Amino acid sequence: MKHMKTNWIKMLALLLAGLMAPAVSAAEITVKGSDTMVALAQKWAEIYSTQHPDVKIQVTGGGSGVGLAALESKQTDLANASRKIKAKEIEGCIKAFAARPKEYAVALDGLSVYVNAENPINELSLEQLSSIFTGKVKNWKELGGSDTPIVLYSRENSSGTYEFFREHVLKGQDFASSAQTLQGTAQIISAVTKDVKGIGYGGAGYGKGAKHLKVSKVAGEEAIEPSEENVLSGKYPISRSLYVYLNPAIDKDAIKAYLQWIRSDDGQKVVKEMGYFPLPPHLRKS
Amino acid sequence: MFPSAPHEFDWKKIRRGNRFQPGEWLAERLIFLVSLSAILMVFLIFLFVAREAFPILIGTATSASNQKVIPASEMDKLSAEQLRVYLGMKPDDFKKQDRETLKLLMEVREEAAKETPDDRDSGINTVGWRYLLRPFQWGGLSKPEYIWAPTSRIPKFNLIPLFVGSLKTTFVALLFAVPIALGAALYVSQLAPPRLREWLKPSIEMLSGIPSVVLGSFALLVAAPFLEHLLNLPTMLNAFVAGLALGLTCVPVIFSIAEDAISSVPQSFTQAALALGASRWRAAWDVVTPAALPGIFAAVVLGFGRAIGETMVVLIASGNAAQLSGSIFDSARTVTATIAAELAEAVFGSPHYRVLFLLGTLLFGITFVSNLAGQMIVGSLKGRLEGKR
Repeated sequence: MKHMKTNWIKMLALLLAGLMAPAVSAAEITVKGSDTMVALAQKWAEIYSTQHPDVKIQVTGGGSGVGLAALESKQTDLANASRKIKAKEIEGCIKAFAARPKEYAVALDGLSVYVNAENPINELSLEQLSSIFTGKVKNWKELGGSDTPIVLYSRENSSGTYEFFREHVLKGQDFASSAQTLQGTAQIISAVTKDVKGIGYGGAGYGKGAKHLKVSKVAGEEAIEPSEENVLSGKYPISRSLYVYLNPAIDKDAIKAYLQWIRSDDGQKVVKEMGYFPLPPHLRKS
Repeated sequence: MFPSAPHEFDWKKIRRGNRFQPGEWLAERLIFLVSLSAILMVFLIFLFVAREAFPILIGTATSASNQKVIPASEMDKLSAEQLRVYLGMKPDDFKKQDRETLKLLMEVREEAAKETPDDRDSGINTVGWRYLLRPFQWGGLSKPEYIWAPTSRIPKFNLIPLFVGSLKTTFVALLFAVPIALGAALYVSQLAPPRLREWLKPSIEMLSGIPSVVLGSFALLVAAPFLEHLLNLPTMLNAFVAGLALGLTCVPVIFSIAEDAISSVPQSFTQAALALGASRWRAAWDVVTPAALPGIFAAVVLGFGRAIGETMVVLIASGNAAQLSGSIFDSARTVTATIAAELAEAVFGSPHYRVLFLLGTLLFGITFVSNLAGQMIVGSLKGRLEGKR
């Protein structure tokens, strides 16, 4: 009887050791940030950890601002951001780890403006978009469409996409207060596909079912379609890089290898599969 | 001696009078402590929420962004204390930083100054009460407006659109829930045959078991498109749709309190009315209902508290547009949905963070007062019906 008891303890110890062992040897990387990039980051993590079983990668969203705030409070290793980091956030990072956060561009994204497939409008200029989303133009009639009010679909104000659109299309002006706030690009697409009066914005890779408008820089110029070619060449006016930020001190070993893989041909192939645009070679080195 | 009968009672074991019982005393005190800790907990939570909002309440928080920039090259001209204040750091944190880091921070400050716009609004402290409550003509606007735009270049925190949004959805919810819940309460307690009542009451109360996220999704996916086509609404997600789903969450609250109030009217009221030749309906409507009126009112007040505090339904189904509009068919952003959507992303201690806590404090106050009023009315009704007054 006593013998059995010691056996039990031995087995339990072995079991515990077995449970602990991988936790000790495996590298764990936490990634947090942009909702736009969540699907992409998860795909990267999934593929990378099947190739490297000793690396565990945990990806969560929340918005670019959330990711960068987590970087400041050291709750994440990598912060995904669909916009550039702001000076305020750099300041927070320096206070936390005494160095500027390191920035890696990891993919390109075109921002499309979506309307319902039945909407007769096919192209708009940046200025027209700005007056639509700031609420100065309220009816499709004023843009050559049918006589119906415009319904605006926007994103939560923590979203990097929201801030990018506000800075680069609205030139820093506020969105109209009547703009509805939805929780992600997928929701915007589904709202626009159901609503003939609707207009929304989001990643160019999304949006089966909604019509992607062609956009011109200035009224009268040729309107450009948000295709891969046009985004990569910079002809399409609303495009951006997607970034990963991290503390330079931890940019080594497993994390460094992971970031290198993301920016390699293998990693960039995933970018294309997920509906974003791969980095052109001159952006990959740093 | 006879062997004592098995059921014979042992009278000596009965204690008479109020002899001291340590076990009972202890249990009593423990229960008292537990209930006290619940009250204490509510108080502490309120204190915590209010503390975060305190700088705004007394007007010491500021969001003004036009601090004078000192070039990094002039770092040595500043004393350590001046530098610390300039960089906005606590003394402990400041001591930990080396010179390089501080210089880096000063450089970043210069960059930040280039980012912030240099217009007349940048000097405004937008968390002052004047800007929280009253419309203001911001640069680029043609007239004063109420704007909630907390992450703009010039953050704008006007609370009015949010409270109007909350009141709008709550109003729709009560408009929908009150007649249904009160009608059901009257029917179940006075008119329904006993067997019907037995399953009707629990099944209505079961509504409260539906998670609000499920109700919200139902409103988003089913009710919203249907109502949009039926009523030809300008937008699919609006205060009306959210209010309907919200109504479903307060039906069980209103129902169960109103039903209690109506049922606690003594049977003799009904019997007297019936004896005088009234029909069951007349007895219920003209005699019992007026007697239970304060309780019914309390039920509505508590339903109001439930509706204005509900988050998930409105977050999903209201469209979340922070606009000031009187129409219930426009999108609305409620106080609760704003806190839920924005708190996670607001930087700790920033003006945005504090304003969200201010919203929480105000909401807490509103629900506390409405619940207190409801409870007091119920208490006074009970007293009256039991003839204590």
